[in-house]
Amino acid sequence: MQPRRQKRLFAILLVIGLLTGAVAAMLYALQQNIDLFYTPSQLVDGLGKDKIKPQVGQRLRIGGMVVAGSVKRDPESLKVSFDLVDTGPLVTVIYEGILPDLFREGQGIVAQGVLQDATTIKASEVLAKHDEEYMPPEVAEALKGIKHVPPSQQQPASGSY
Amino acid sequence: MFKWLHPYAKPETVYHLCGRLMPWLMGTALLLLLLGNIWGLAFTPPDYQQGDSYRIIHLHVPAAIMSMGTYSAMAIAAFIALVWQVKVAQWSVLAIAPIGAVYTAIALITGMAWGKPMWGTWWVWDARLTSELILLFLYLGVIALSGAFSDRQTGAKVASLLAVVGVINLPIIHFSVEWWNTLHQGASITKFAKPSIDPSMLWPLLISILAFKILMLALLCVRLRTAILVNEQHRPWVKAMAGD
Repeated sequence: MQPRRQKRLFAILLVIGLLTGAVAAMLYALQQNIDLFYTPSQLVDGLGKDKIKPQVGQRLRIGGMVVAGSVKRDPESLKVSFDLVDTGPLVTVIYEGILPDLFREGQGIVAQGVLQDATTIKASEVLAKHDEEYMPPEVAEALKGIKHVPPSQQQPASGSY
Repeated sequence: MFKWLHPYAKPETVYHLCGRLMPWLMGTALLLLLLGNIWGLAFTPPDYQQGDSYRIIHLHVPAAIMSMGTYSAMAIAAFIALVWQVKVAQWSVLAIAPIGAVYTAIALITGMAWGKPMWGTWWVWDARLTSELILLFLYLGVIALSGAFSDRQTGAKVASLLAVVGVINLPIIHFSVEWWNTLHQGASITKFAKPSIDPSMLWPLLISILAFKILMLALLCVRLRTAILVNEQHRPWVKAMAGD
């Protein structure tokens, strides 16, 4: 290779190398801030090596699975409360408003709100998180025992959820 | 070792090669696009949870994959343009950028249209969505920088440098769903594991991905031919072809 080209090649590789290092260092430093949400165990046990726990009154997002049987609805209003879990502790979410279509027990959700005490969050927004599994209803029924009902044939929900 | 590549640095050769390949590429791309999308949008079973809304995957995933594939192609061309100063490579960078920008925009817009009914929001600042938005800005930056200098040569050089440097964003987009907690789900198709999408839905998706890939090559041929003619308009071979 000509020395001139070689010089350019090394210069560009050096620039890419240095920038990669800089970006990696930045992302490493911002590690905890890039996560969109806390998981319930991170909220209870603290985050990262230093076990930093969020403070009461802090605005944050929490993400986890809705615990089966934990959804309680107020018959008079849109108030609802439910528990979230990932691997260990439970966190309770209180919410008033319309839940997304995919919200159900066992579903992953992300809620944004204010931490009220160590394990309770008053949410202002609840988003459903979809996993990467895609399958037709018959396969889902055979694999997971979930029966899919198209929205057009759904019965109006009868009180208990 | 790379002696066989040398004729392809000559604009005239590339111009004629692109002209020969273009109809085949365009025809195959449109055929596969029709097949993949009609099969995917009309003849696959609905999803067990998302119903029919999941069908947007047949546009979103091919566009998202190729927004990154197109960027790596642009970065490789830019690298060659900077180190070996091959003119055709430099024109390729500017020819590829708008194609990639449109793919990225399609991925973002279809993703938002899916996010509203499924997640309950159009947009959330999670790592995957944000890094894909940065990819769009990188493409727009390359396009803008190339036109920002009165000397076209300088503009193309600076744009190439941005294209090469922006490559850092690609692994961040790809691994964002694994490194951080995101609202965006993980990958449904990976090279090494069994896909977590049912075969009945997977096949039309793979066809659509291939179609987007070939369409990108076809559009590149069209745009590169135009770029070669514009830049070489005073050369004898272009004049001879134009017949004056």
